[in-house]
Amino acid sequence: MSVSPGSSMRTPRRRVAGLGSARSGTGHFWLQRLTALANLLLILIALPIVICVAGQGHAATLAMLGHPLVAIVLLLLLFSVCYHMKIGMQVVIEDYVHAEGTKVLALVANTFFTIAVGSAGAFAVLKISFGG
Amino acid sequence: MVQLTLPKNSQLVEGKVWPKPAGTNRLTEYKIYRWNPDDGKNPSVDTYFVDRDDCGPMVLDGLIWIKNKVDPTLTFRRSCREGICGSCAMNIDGTNTLACLKSMDDVDASAVKIYPLPHMPVVKDLVPDLTQFYAQHASVEPWLHTETPAPEKEWRQGRGDREKLDGLYECILCACCSTSCPSYWWNGDRYLGPAALLQAYRWLIDSRDEATGDRLDDLEDPFRLYRCHTIMNCAKACPKGLNPAKAIAEIKKMMVARQF
Repeated sequence: MSVSPGSSMRTPRRRVAGLGSARSGTGHFWLQRLTALANLLLILIALPIVICVAGQGHAATLAMLGHPLVAIVLLLLLFSVCYHMKIGMQVVIEDYVHAEGTKVLALVANTFFTIAVGSAGAFAVLKISFGG
Repeated sequence: MVQLTLPKNSQLVEGKVWPKPAGTNRLTEYKIYRWNPDDGKNPSVDTYFVDRDDCGPMVLDGLIWIKNKVDPTLTFRRSCREGICGSCAMNIDGTNTLACLKSMDDVDASAVKIYPLPHMPVVKDLVPDLTQFYAQHASVEPWLHTETPAPEKEWRQGRGDREKLDGLYECILCACCSTSCPSYWWNGDRYLGPAALLQAYRWLIDSRDEATGDRLDDLEDPFRLYRCHTIMNCAKACPKGLNPAKAIAEIKKMMVARQF
C-alpha cells in the first residue's frame, strides 16, 4: 500500500489503472523456466566433468576443459546460469526496491554485473580451449 | 522499499485487561487489536474473557458477546454469520479467516488472538480499508463481455463448460487471500492480488465470454499478474477452500499458450 485512500484526490480505479498493462512479462516468465530446465540438464553433464578432473593436476585439467565438447557445455552452462541469475535478480529488485531512482540503478547494475561475470567466465573457457 | 519494522505510531503497546465475568469457570481469553483514529494513541492489544456458557461456539460469537456485554466500543464488520458475506474476515490465531467459520475450540493458542487483515490501512480496530481491493476487483471487469447480439433468452453453456467455473464462482471477496500474500503486501499497488486474479480467471474461462484476448492483454504485465511467486498463502488462507494460486497458474498457462 503506497497511498492511503484519503491522501489523494485520484479515484481508487485511477490508482489501480496506473500506467496500464505493460503487455509483457510472459517472455520473462517462460525464459525463467526454460533456463531453469537448461541449468538442470547442463549441470548433470558438467558435474561429472568437474568430478573427473578433481585432483588430476594442472595439465590434465587444462586438457579436459579444453576439449571442444566440454568447452561448449561449459559455455552453454555459463550463459544459461547467468541469464537465469539476471532475470531472477531482476524480480527480486522489482519486488523489494520501490524508490524509482534506486530501482533503475539496481537493475542497471544487475545487467552490468551479469555481463561482466559471464564474459569473464566465457573468456577463461575460450582461453583454455584455444590453448592460450 | 520494503518496511521490515512498523512506523513509530503503528507499534503495539500494552492494552487494557477487561475484568473476568463473574459466576463462571468456562472462560476463553481473547486478545484483540484496538486502534482508534480519534484518540491519537498507538494501537494496543486488549484482553477480554468470554463466558462460554453465555455465548455461541464461533470466534464471531465471542466478538459479538464482548461488544454486547463488555465493551461496546469494539469495532468489527459482520453480517451473515454463516460464511457467505465475507464481512468478518480478520487475522485469527495467525491466519486470515472468517470469524464466523472459525470455532474457538479450533484455536491452538491459549488465547484467541485477533488482528485486522494484514497490511491494509486500518479504519478502526478490526476494520480494514478495502477500497483498493475492491477497485482491483472492478478493474478485471467481472461481468460477461460479448460482441454477439444478446440471444432472446439466456446465453447458453454446456454442462462441461459450466463445471469449469466450479471452485471459482464461490469466491465471496472476503480478502483473506490477497491480504495473506507477501507479494501483495510489498506490491499491492500494482499487483492485482489472488482474489482479483481468481475472478479474472473465472471470466477468462467462461465459455460465453467473448473478450478473452482483451482480458489477457490487460493482465499481461510484470506486476499485475507476474508478481505471483506461487507462495500459496492464498490457498492456505481461503476460508471457502478455493485455490487462487491454481487459478493464477492457469492464467499464466493461457499467456504462454497464446505465444506458440
